[in-house]
Amino acid sequence: MSSVREHTASTLEVSDLQISVGDGLVAVQDVSFRIGRGESVGLVGESGSGKTLTCRAALGLLPATGRVDAGRIVLGDGPDAVELTGARRSTWDRVRAGRIGAVFQDPASYLNPSLTVGHQLAEQLRVKRGLRRGAARDRTVELFAEVGLHDPAGVFQQYPHQLSGGMLQRVLIAIAISCEPELLIADEATTALDVVIQAEILALLRRLRASHGLSLLLVTHDLAVVAESCERILVMYGGQIVESGPTEDVLEDPQHPYTRALMGVATIGDWGRRRLDVIPGQPPAAGEKMPGCRFAPRCGYAAAACLAGPVPVTDLGAGRTSRCVRTSASLAEAVPA
Amino acid sequence: MTLPESPPATHAVRPVPEVTSTPAPLLRVRGLSVSYAPPGKGTHLGTGAALRDADLEVRPSEIVGIVGETGSGKTTLARATVGLVAPAAGSIEFAGEDIGGLRGRARRAFRRSGQVQLVFQDPLRSLDPDLTVTDLVREPLDIAGVLSRTEREQRVAESLRLVGLDPDAVAERRPRHLSGGQRQRVSLARAVATRPRLLFCDEPVSALDVSNRNLVLNLLDQLRAELDLAVVIIAHDLSSLAGIADRVAVFYRGRIVEQGPIREVLGDPAHPYTALLTASAPSIGDEERLDPARLRPTGDTPAWPADLGCVFAHRCPFAHDACADQPASPTLPHAPQRRAACHDAAAWRERLDQPSPQKESA
Ligand SMILES: Nc1ncnc2c1ncn2[C@@H]1O[C@H](COP(=O)(O)OP(=O)(O)OP(=O)(O)O)[C@@H](O)[C@H]1O
Ligand SMILES: Nc1ncnc2c1ncn2[C@@H]1O[C@H](COP(=O)(O)OP(=O)(O)O)[C@@H](O)[C@H]1O
Ligand code: SF4
Ligand code: SF4
Ligand SMILES: [Mg+2]
Ligand SMILES: [Mg+2]
Repeated sequence: MSSVREHTASTLEVSDLQISVGDGLVAVQDVSFRIGRGESVGLVGESGSGKTLTCRAALGLLPATGRVDAGRIVLGDGPDAVELTGARRSTWDRVRAGRIGAVFQDPASYLNPSLTVGHQLAEQLRVKRGLRRGAARDRTVELFAEVGLHDPAGVFQQYPHQLSGGMLQRVLIAIAISCEPELLIADEATTALDVVIQAEILALLRRLRASHGLSLLLVTHDLAVVAESCERILVMYGGQIVESGPTEDVLEDPQHPYTRALMGVATIGDWGRRRLDVIPGQPPAAGEKMPGCRFAPRCGYAAAACLAGPVPVTDLGAGRTSRCVRTSASLAEAVPA
Repeated sequence: MTLPESPPATHAVRPVPEVTSTPAPLLRVRGLSVSYAPPGKGTHLGTGAALRDADLEVRPSEIVGIVGETGSGKTTLARATVGLVAPAAGSIEFAGEDIGGLRGRARRAFRRSGQVQLVFQDPLRSLDPDLTVTDLVREPLDIAGVLSRTEREQRVAESLRLVGLDPDAVAERRPRHLSGGQRQRVSLARAVATRPRLLFCDEPVSALDVSNRNLVLNLLDQLRAELDLAVVIIAHDLSSLAGIADRVAVFYRGRIVEQGPIREVLGDPAHPYTALLTASAPSIGDEERLDPARLRPTGDTPAWPADLGCVFAHRCPFAHDACADQPASPTLPHAPQRRAACHDAAAWRERLDQPSPQKESA
């Protein structure tokens, strides 16, 4: 784990973001975070906690029924800064063509089934980067090799349905990095890969960060992946960020009961037979109104104060925050129910 | 149980072994090879088989994990077992019946019966977007033509609850209104609705967060006990799998390179690829783990000729002359329940970090 460096210039700054889906159901609320230039930030949390919607808002790719209700998303710093909330289509096109790359968990839906994967990437390189046909082809094969595809020239000529899930994801990563973006958003991008390839892809992303000053927003369910690849961690629950800070510090001494619960169920590097632990109960659905802390129904430390009203973010110093009424001292005293 | 030593790959179907003390396998796959037909001109697909000479047995109420490389034929084995793709060679027996040879109507009837169910890798692609959750879970029951109307409704609610979903909350929703985790649980509810005898789950938990992943795996563990259900689980999360599976098969480039009791295999891999796999699993500061770099060829190792001999040779730091022949998959001398397709099974450990033995002329 690299120690946390100072990232003065910011690549992405999100403030007080609120996103609703469907009939005005609030799915993400009060989300603020910042990604420094060249920094890698891990976003973790259960399914449905709003990780994907947050990423998609930063890409201008919210689902048809989704919209940003409030807040700001600013890409870049100084003269290059672009306000993305309410941006025009042409701005989004420019941002997605050259400044933000993205990879999602369902690669097949981002490719045209009737064109070879090589053609699709080469075409992008021609249109967006102005390469000639031959150069675009060579660069495509090079990128395919870079993301660890065996036989890149052969893969060039294949159609999406001929590739396994993992191979498709590597094609998508190749496409995402082909525009040499300043920010790469990877939403569960390695979940479908075997751990050998996952380790290679994560190493590749680390290399790209070092060589291109690429910033990374890595969405994953796997705390160990964040531990190995991200300087900072954001823990999301029920549409809010409940804890944030330097990865090493947060994993060493988690302050929010939800982070503790997540670490409690993580199964890492253990080959033993055992009962696999779960966090009892269900996370709140989008739009679900709750009087106080959104984690309270599942929290072993919940007390009356937790239900009195919305729980604000507490700045814990040393770059850490927690959205919990209890301090770590009172957590230590309290016996989880 | 002692498995017979593999004859050379050219023997497509091998003799059934002598009766042993363990229960008869529910699923017995022998010498299975699957090749996807060349999909069209200008592509090189179809030249290599997606699955080669695979042997695998699954006994009643056993959980077998399948791990391995992306694109290595795991899904292909699942598809062949449920009859979605015909074998090029080898046999597939289910409950003593040869199902690999079924064609046309007989094959469709077997699939409709719902005795073997498949849970796909990508729930978005496999669930019809216009159907409600209730429709989706009821569909296999409608196809199998079993149970009365009310029994079906009850079975649907029961199946949803089994996978941790609240029927009242999700029954009328459509797949796009569910999170990825909920969608995968719906496809699992759908698969267990017919109460199959064998469930083939293709990465059922890859898209799930850890808590839901554990919930689903525990659920599969519980179902196998309660419903006498045999389960094959394809997964990349070795540690979660080790929590519940009995045995594991490790795939690499179309071949099963190692198999045996899961905790023995992952704890003490006999095949260099298995060792690379366990060493690459993400960890939070595990100091004792082998550095994956020690299991990769170094920069100055001469490149192994493509497609020569052992499927792993091009990435194996221990490759030597003998590896120009694809190894069989014999049982290990020290562990008769284990098999590994490596000329140097387990012995390669002694050569860790020694200068590469790869032949100079290669
Ligand atoms: N319909 C198809 N037509 C042609 N080739 C295919 C088809 N499906 C799979 N293949 C090829 O067969 C091989 C095995 O694919 P398979 O889907 O079984 O891999 P897998 O082990 O399940 O991989 P993953 O972990 O990515 O899901 C791959 O080389 C793949 O490209
Ligand atoms: N297109 C949509 N329509 C309705 N609800 C949605 C849609 N997309 C997501 N949601 C809901 O918004 C919440 C957050 O979803 P998402 O951002 O996908 O979560 P995550 O990525 O953390 O798993 C969930 O409750 C989910 O059901
Ligand atoms: S605010 Fe209360 S209920 Fe919420 S996490 Fe903290 S202790 Fe638990
Ligand atoms: S047979 Fe040879 S090349 Fe193959 S895994 Fe064993 S040592 Fe490596
Ligand atoms: Mg998501
Ligand atoms: Mg697969």
